[in-house]
Amino acid sequence: MSKLTFARAINAGLRKSLENDPKVVLIGEDIGSLGGVFRVTDGLQKDFGKHRVIDSPLAESGIIGTAVGLAYRGYRPVCEIQFDGFIYPAFDQIVSQVAKMHYRTQGRVKMPITIRVPFGGGIGSPEHHSESPEAYFTHTSGLRVVAVSNPQDAYTMIQQAIASDDPVLYFEPKRRYHDKGDVDESIDLSNAMPLDKAAVVNAGSDVTLVAYGPLVKTAKDAAQAAADEGISVEVIDLRSLAPVDYPVVEASVRKTGRLVITHEAGQSGGLGAEIAASITERCFNYLESAPVRITGFDVPYPYSKLEMHHLPNLDRILDGVDRTLGRPNSLSGLEG
Amino acid sequence: MLTDKAGKGVQNDAPRPGQSAQNPLRTGGNLLQLVSPEGERISHPEFDLWIKDIGDEQLGSLFEDMTVIRRIDTEATALQRQGELALWPPLLGQEAAQIGSSRSLRDDDFVFPSYRESGVAYIRGAHVSEIAQVWRGNALYAWDPQRINMATPQIIIGSQSLHATGYAMGVQLDGASTAVLAYFGDGATSEGDVSEAMVFAASFQAPVVFFCQNNHWAISEPVRVQSHVQLADRPTGFGIPSLRVDGNDVLAVMAATRWALDRARSGGGPTFIEAVTYRMGPHTTADDPTRYRDPNELEDWAAKDPILRLRRLLDVKGLLTEDLEGRVKAKADAVAAELRNSCVNMPDPQPLDVFNHVYSTPNSWIERQKDHYSRYLNSFNQPVEEGAL
Ligand SMILES: Cc1ncc(C[n+]2csc(CCOP(=O)(O)OP(=O)(O)O)c2C)c(N)n1
Repeated sequence: MSKLTFARAINAGLRKSLENDPKVVLIGEDIGSLGGVFRVTDGLQKDFGKHRVIDSPLAESGIIGTAVGLAYRGYRPVCEIQFDGFIYPAFDQIVSQVAKMHYRTQGRVKMPITIRVPFGGGIGSPEHHSESPEAYFTHTSGLRVVAVSNPQDAYTMIQQAIASDDPVLYFEPKRRYHDKGDVDESIDLSNAMPLDKAAVVNAGSDVTLVAYGPLVKTAKDAAQAAADEGISVEVIDLRSLAPVDYPVVEASVRKTGRLVITHEAGQSGGLGAEIAASITERCFNYLESAPVRITGFDVPYPYSKLEMHHLPNLDRILDGVDRTLGRPNSLSGLEG
Repeated sequence: MLTDKAGKGVQNDAPRPGQSAQNPLRTGGNLLQLVSPEGERISHPEFDLWIKDIGDEQLGSLFEDMTVIRRIDTEATALQRQGELALWPPLLGQEAAQIGSSRSLRDDDFVFPSYRESGVAYIRGAHVSEIAQVWRGNALYAWDPQRINMATPQIIIGSQSLHATGYAMGVQLDGASTAVLAYFGDGATSEGDVSEAMVFAASFQAPVVFFCQNNHWAISEPVRVQSHVQLADRPTGFGIPSLRVDGNDVLAVMAATRWALDRARSGGGPTFIEAVTYRMGPHTTADDPTRYRDPNELEDWAAKDPILRLRRLLDVKGLLTEDLEGRVKAKADAVAAELRNSCVNMPDPQPLDVFNHVYSTPNSWIERQKDHYSRYLNSFNQPVEEGAL
């Protein structure tokens, strides 16, 4: 067991994948001698060479499109998109090619491509550096989408993503890159929790709180604060955003009867809407109140001086918990 | 006229393979032609070498292939008109470009086509039924890419140029001597992906050949809307040599493609070929070219018909015998009959097939939807109870 930062944990996972499988190649902007702008690929080019850790031209469609060709040739490319807001030039290659090639060829051509995306806000960045584009991809069949929330998962899930024969979008919460945590580097991947499983990270009985990526920590803090007021919150770290592990969320909601979902992305058409609808379909008769979403606003990601208003925080989440419990809250009296 | 370092004029078409970046790149220039529209063989100091093995018999077989794919095209168009195919993208007029380039490939080379390369697919060994099923709506996948070393039809314009480049980068990692050929149209050169593909290919010196069939039209838009310069002049800025060939001259296409493939296989890096040809039919069977195209233009190009040109060459050489014509016709008839038969007898896919192969691993969302839909379908087989609504 070692104590690693989030970024080092991903680095260790990448290293292990490069060691174990000669078909794994990394490609992205500045990932070589610089080690990536977040240093996630630090030292990998030095140890594995320029052919395995490839500094690409500055062309996102090119990064993903050439990865498609590499996968066609039997490689397992791991692409780094430098920042969330720069994934859009590659959108066509991701949704039209990466996602569809397996279906298009009826399973004859696999796309074992991992696309690493540092995502989310909270680090005071300029425009295009703090976005949460996950819903565009969860809406696209053929893609698996995951978001990691702690160094151990980061280490394990990057290896599982690379080993997956299906393409995986791997979202890294950039504001947690420097958080440290215990990482068991000897973990046996075949015994590890599967990539598409959700984890109950705080047991509770009054309200189910669903979070992923950077907000898992906030959600756990909120559960702690709620506990001080005698409210028992069950926190679920989704881990997989596509597919969502509904049986785990369902079991929790059947127990608590209440659901709060939180994400940094805007609300409309977001993952929270999908989860609220699916859980309502599956456990309508168990619900004591309507599911509540605590999310970023439906605005472009704001300037950093205001981002703390946009990002769900502990208090906004607790306000949502109060809503599901019918306790006094910021919207009290609205419906009346 | 290009100028070399010493300032001495060099002819565009002088042999200069494997140039280093310091030297001027071979670019576009005069149209490479080895057979005139009248069917006369035009000798060429460099490119004759690349087709010196093409004797009488090979000329006959090129004639056969071009005739067969024209026949596939005619038959498929008819099948579409009869409602047997949902759509068909004709290749009429592009037979020399498709046959000349695809017959230059080795089996281990890999092809990334657009949607119009049915002739290339035929040469690579796709069964005509596999070519038809995509346009019939029976499958998305056409042929098995790994079996014939050719990706399935690509509809997103220019996308495949990046896939070809990535594949070629993989070839380099493998240390193999395989070449990769990407087909796209003149319109596609406007897409960012084609430019990005050239950036990647040049930076990594990937063994890829970009084969642009300039058929003069992108649906209704003429090539001048896509480019202010000759298409073959564009790659120079990326550091990629290019050739401009008469795309209706099968020997010129073959010589150019073999030259480029050889460069790729021997570590010379990427090449761009602009095959200047003409789409004589509509863009697809849903298109009406009379709305945007001057009929005189079609007439001019009909005179440069690639099959007519090869016939003339065969005639000049005294090879256009009754025997050859008979054999070629019989072959074309047989392939057309096979296409028709396999098309009309193709079984429809099953409803639940819609859910298959989205992922290679099980996916709980799709499995649930598949389960629900199969229950729904089965509900039609349940006996309706007496008195029920
Ligand atoms: C990204 C994209 N945009 C638009 C289209 C619609 N479209 C299909 S074919 C075509 C014209 C392509 O022309 P060109 O590249 O010259 O190839 P050609 O059809 O002439 O062989 C267009 C606009 C498409 N398939 N993909």
